Amino acid sequence: MDDFYRDYILDHYRNPRNFGTLERADVEAEDLNPLCGDEIRMQLQLDDGVVQDVRFSGKGCAISQASASMLSEMVKGMKLSDVAKLSKDTVLENVGIGISPTRMKCAMLGLRVLKSAAIGRLAAWPDEE
Amino acid sequence: MIHQALSSRAESRDEARAARSAESKVQRIIADFPILARPTSRGKRLVYLDSAATSQKPRCVIDALVEYYEQYNANIHRGVYEIAARATDEYERARVKVARFVGADPSEIVWVRNTTEAINLIAYSWGAQHLRAGDAILLTELEHHSDLVPWQRLAERSGAHLRFLPVDDRGIHVLDDLDALLDACKLVALGHVSNTLGTIAPISTIVSRAHAAGAIVVVDGAQGAPHLPLDVHALDADFYAFSGHKMLGPTGIGALYGKKALLETMPPFFSGGDMIRRVRYESTVFNDPPRRFEAGTGNIADAIAFGTAVEYLEKVGMTWVREHERSLTAYALERLGEFEGRGLAIYGPRDPDRISGVISFNFADIHAHDLASILDTEGVCVRAGHHCTMPLMEKMGWSATARASFYIYNTPADVDVLCTGLEKAASVFNR
Repeated sequence: MDDFYRDYILDHYRNPRNFGTLERADVEAEDLNPLCGDEIRMQLQLDDGVVQDVRFSGKGCAISQASASMLSEMVKGMKLSDVAKLSKDTVLENVGIGISPTRMKCAMLGLRVLKSAAIGRLAAWPDEE
Repeated sequence: MIHQALSSRAESRDEARAARSAESKVQRIIADFPILARPTSRGKRLVYLDSAATSQKPRCVIDALVEYYEQYNANIHRGVYEIAARATDEYERARVKVARFVGADPSEIVWVRNTTEAINLIAYSWGAQHLRAGDAILLTELEHHSDLVPWQRLAERSGAHLRFLPVDDRGIHVLDDLDALLDACKLVALGHVSNTLGTIAPISTIVSRAHAAGAIVVVDGAQGAPHLPLDVHALDADFYAFSGHKMLGPTGIGALYGKKALLETMPPFFSGGDMIRRVRYESTVFNDPPRRFEAGTGNIADAIAFGTAVEYLEKVGMTWVREHERSLTAYALERLGEFEGRGLAIYGPRDPDRISGVISFNFADIHAHDLASILDTEGVCVRAGHHCTMPLMEKMGWSATARASFYIYNTPADVDVLCTGLEKAASVFNR
């Protein structure tokens, strides 16, 4: 677990990309991690079903914030229908190995919120699908 | 002069001897807990600093569970055969032990699953009977969700409203407006010890002023009974609820102390077998307390082992327990204080006399969950999060804290390992 906190994770935690709010979002969602109360909100701006812009906001641990930040970088230019299909493996590839089971929900929170925004209702936990 | 030097040397010899004997007592206690001899998967010594969540169990408690299932497993209060008689006897003997431990009469001890169930029992039984629209229920800002949500629900059902005794920014109760808060108040519920900050509540003051105002007092003793010498009659609270698993006992068993005169007037919470005296198709005469509140087959093995747990604590001595935890907390505050210049924030009262074995903290910009994960790699178990006190966290402006909590088997060496873990966290996070 201590190997997990690599420099790029800490960099995303301390300097989150696409952090903030959009004045006009086409779709958005937010959720809490029931374990620790981490919060994430994701907003997407679309053009013809393709993600033009994204912002996320929230608070929480390095794992939840860094994985949300990395996801936000990925989804720009993606079709919304593809965003809805993202799986837990995407996050695990982003953040690298070493997530312990007790911290899996932290890593998956951003993806769950992103997928919720894409499908217009609360998505399942990606690690439970 | 010479005489003085000799006597001071003798004193320091006495002190050294006392310290050595205290240390060997803790070592003997540690040897009673099988789990503390098991290394973690990383080969680290288990440094268990989460006893506020649940305590570890000594060998004698584990043995008591096995003994019941292996030697006299039978239902209670009905069988006429030998092992049923023994089961009933041990179950009721456990009630006597738990009653003695808190200074109550056995007829005043109701078995419950845990503190939460005890508080719900009071809310549904006494609360439904007495609370009406316009009445007030007084809680404090420190309450655990288990001593908040049942009262919110009672308020919804009865039309009563909730009030909160404030705490200051160190989590110490502010009593300035207590009498005004007690106006039209029927019930006061408060934790003996805060599970988040360790604050010991001024129970006696609150009880006497609540009684003067005509309110009853319910004490959530989940963090009190395991750690502080207790005499519920002297405390004079009307109800005192506690859980076995936080005081060396098994999970799934707890006790509610209630004043006999109150219990006798209260309707049942759950109903069914064992809580009755006579049942007809149309109506039932209920049993006397405490069995009136114990419907269905109880948690027999766990109740018996809970009795063993409090016997163990009595043998250790609750005055010793309090002093051990007080001095350990003082040492931990001192050691953690060394990190304050590097961004460590310690919450709650800083005076070891006002706290009972709980310290909440945050370290620089390292989120409490990340900190707990890194400490875990060193074998250190701490809790991170909101500690089931979300309103308090919001009031204080903390999204999460890390919490170390101590019990009889912890030592200054455990605090030192915690500090080593903090050094590691600082290095992982490049602080």
